[in-house]
Parts: sequence; C-alpha cells; structure tokens
Amino acid sequence: MFTSATITNAKYGLDPITGENTCINCVFNGSHLSVPLAAGNTEYIEIMRQVATGELTIADAD
Amino acid sequence: MSKAAQLAALIGSQTAQTSRNMAYNGAMNISQRSTSVTGIGASSGYFTVDRFKLAPNGTAGRLTMTQTADGPSGFANCLKLDCTTADTSVAAAEFLILSQFFEGQDLQRLKKGTSEAESVTLSFYVKGNAAATYTVELYDADNNRSISQRFSVTTSWSRVSLTYVGDTTGALDDDNATSLIVNIWLHAGSDYTSGTQNTVWQTLAGTERANSSDTSFFDSTNRTFFMTGVQLEVGDVATPFEHENFGITLAKCQRYYYRIGEAGTFHRYAVGSCQGTSSCGTVIYSPAGEMRGTPTLETTGTAGNYAIYEADGVNACSSIPAINSAGTNSNHFNVTFTSSGNLASGNAAEAIANNNADAFLAFLAEL
Repeated sequence: MFTSATITNAKYGLDPITGENTCINCVFNGSHLSVPLAAGNTEYIEIMRQVATGELTIADAD
Repeated sequence: MSKAAQLAALIGSQTAQTSRNMAYNGAMNISQRSTSVTGIGASSGYFTVDRFKLAPNGTAGRLTMTQTADGPSGFANCLKLDCTTADTSVAAAEFLILSQFFEGQDLQRLKKGTSEAESVTLSFYVKGNAAATYTVELYDADNNRSISQRFSVTTSWSRVSLTYVGDTTGALDDDNATSLIVNIWLHAGSDYTSGTQNTVWQTLAGTERANSSDTSFFDSTNRTFFMTGVQLEVGDVATPFEHENFGITLAKCQRYYYRIGEAGTFHRYAVGSCQGTSSCGTVIYSPAGEMRGTPTLETTGTAGNYAIYEADGVNACSSIPAINSAGTNSNHFNVTFTSSGNLASGNAAEAIANNNADAFLAFLAEL
C-alpha cells in the first residue's frame, strides 16, 4: 500500500557457535540494521517480500 | 447539563476511565532517536518523536522534523514539520503521510465488526504558518477498509476533534500486528484525491483517501505544521487530553523502540562471554518488559565504533554488532560483537562503545 523500503547491502550473518544463518545485515531506508530471522518482524517481512518479487537478493555470509 | 450530570454521563459511558487514550506519545514528550532530523523526504521512517512515522513517496519536497518546545497551555512539546524544499509539481502517486500504527489487541474496545461497534474520536492540537486543510484517514489494515475526514489549521493553536462512526463490518484481529493506522495526509497526488472522498467506512478506494482541495505541505518553504495532544478514544466526545507520567509514556514507547548508549565514550552495553577468539555473545534485556516482537538491531553502521573489553584490553570490532536470532525474543536480545581476534574463549567480556560517545544500540519492534 505504501512505499517499498530501500534496502541495500543485504547479507546473511552467522551464529558464531553453530555457523548457521542467524540474521540479515543491511542498510534499510538509510539505517544500518541487523534483522532477525523472525516471521513477525516488520523489517524481515519487507526483506522477504522484496526477495519474493525479485527486487532484492541477500548475499551469503562471509 | 450540570457538572454532576456530566460526570455521571462520563462514568456511565466508561470514558472517565484511565488509559482512555489509545494513542502513543500524544504529548510528544518522548524522542529516543533524535530531536531534529533534516532533509526528510526520500524514504519513510521514524525520525524524531516516538511512534509518529513519516512516509513520503515520489516527492522532491524535503522537510525538517523536530521535537519542539512549543504547545498550547499544559503542553511542553510538540511535533514540528518545516518544509525546506518545496514541490509544487505534484505527480499522481506522490504523498506525504504522518502516521501512527496500532496493534489489534489494543483496539478490541472498539468492537469493530460487530453490531455494537463504537464510535471513535481523534483529537489533537495543531497550528501552522498559515491557514491550511488536511485529511485524517483511519485505515483498517485487517480488512482493507478506510474512512476519512478533513480538518483545518490556523496560525494559532486550536484543538481539532473528529468523530468517526463505528464500523459494523470487519473485526480487528486480537494480536500484536497492525490493525489500524491513523494517517494524516499532508501532500497527495491525484491517485489519492481524484475520487469523492470517502467519509463513511468502506472498502479502500485509492482515489478517495484524501481530498483534491487539501493543502500540500510542500507548496512553499514557508509551510510549517505543529501538532501535539493527540488522543484517540472511544465515543463521540473529545474528553480533556489524558496526560501521563514521562516514565509511563517512555515504557509504552519502548515496546516499539529501545535505545541504549550515547552515555560516555566507553559506554558498557552488556556483559557477555567470548565464543572462540574473535566473538563475544551478549544478552541485553528489555527494561520495559516485552517488546512487541523479536526486534531488529540498529547500529551506527561503523564497526570501529564498538569494541570488546576482555582481559584488560579493548579489542575494536571488525564487523558491525549483529542480532543473533538464536536466543533472541521479545524481552531479551542476543547481540554478537566480533573482533579480529585476541580473545580467550570462555572468558567474560564487556561489549562497549569504542571511544565514541555517539555509538548506540537500538532495538526496533515497530509495526
């Protein structure tokens, strides 16, 4: 309904113990965010929406 | 009606109860992020006063948003918007909306979607640099329904009171997701104004949301908009603004945004433990109980602003602190600080600011 967020530099971050993806680090409307992989999280919902529409690709973790 | 009769009527209508104001931070006293942000207009977000979101779209107009020490009698602060770049060529899809989002579980008293649906009254104090007219829309996000009304602004503080009839269609979800949005349309292109404005509850019709006769906030760099005393309550009457203690309002706001740091060059955020030689896992607790949901972490974006203090050594971070979904929920947050090495696995450590008084950690659970 409203504007899409401007998301850049999206990249997964790893859990230092398990080595599994545990967050998405990105610049979201100009703010530096670390977004949890949580279904009800507003930023996660927007990231996944943009991934689904092909607007955004999340880079693998280092 | 006598004062006694008025009181009896208030008690009978339940509007005399406390917490009748469903709006957050209506007196504009809380501003965790900043008290002033310039150049707003390219993207949406929460910039200054808590819980009030600005959403621009497609406009070349720019503004400064501040928490300003001004207001009608009894109010110390207001939200101020000041146009700094005008946009008088309004494309169809342009808009500027000032919004507050509400969880459905906080709105069940409206009985929306039932035969007993309650009227709701929105009131606020407002002024501007000159006469103006804008639209306030209530948008039911659960059922894609809306209703709009217009209000006028003068150069002096005046109280606006708008009553919206109860909506017998479309119940609001009893959960922590967005159910209702109060949208103040400050600038709108024809995509939102070309129809006849919807002044009754109906399924959202894009062209009927605002009014083609409304003022554009971006019509001149002289344009200003001041607002405070926002109250949303059940019933047909705007009762006196329900002032609340600063601490109560802050705690309510921290359900959606919680910010720490900026209190010294080596501010201690949390104590944690070293996980291997380069990372430190910490847990930070919400002071206000439950946030709305699992939060996002916001930082300065500069790794070197943060450090791990371990074994009498300050180890600058080599990457920006990150939220760890494992072990994070709505009331405690697992944040990982990472350095380039030199840590002893298993040692206790502190997550700190690295000689930077502006370094902060913020947790967002906004709608």
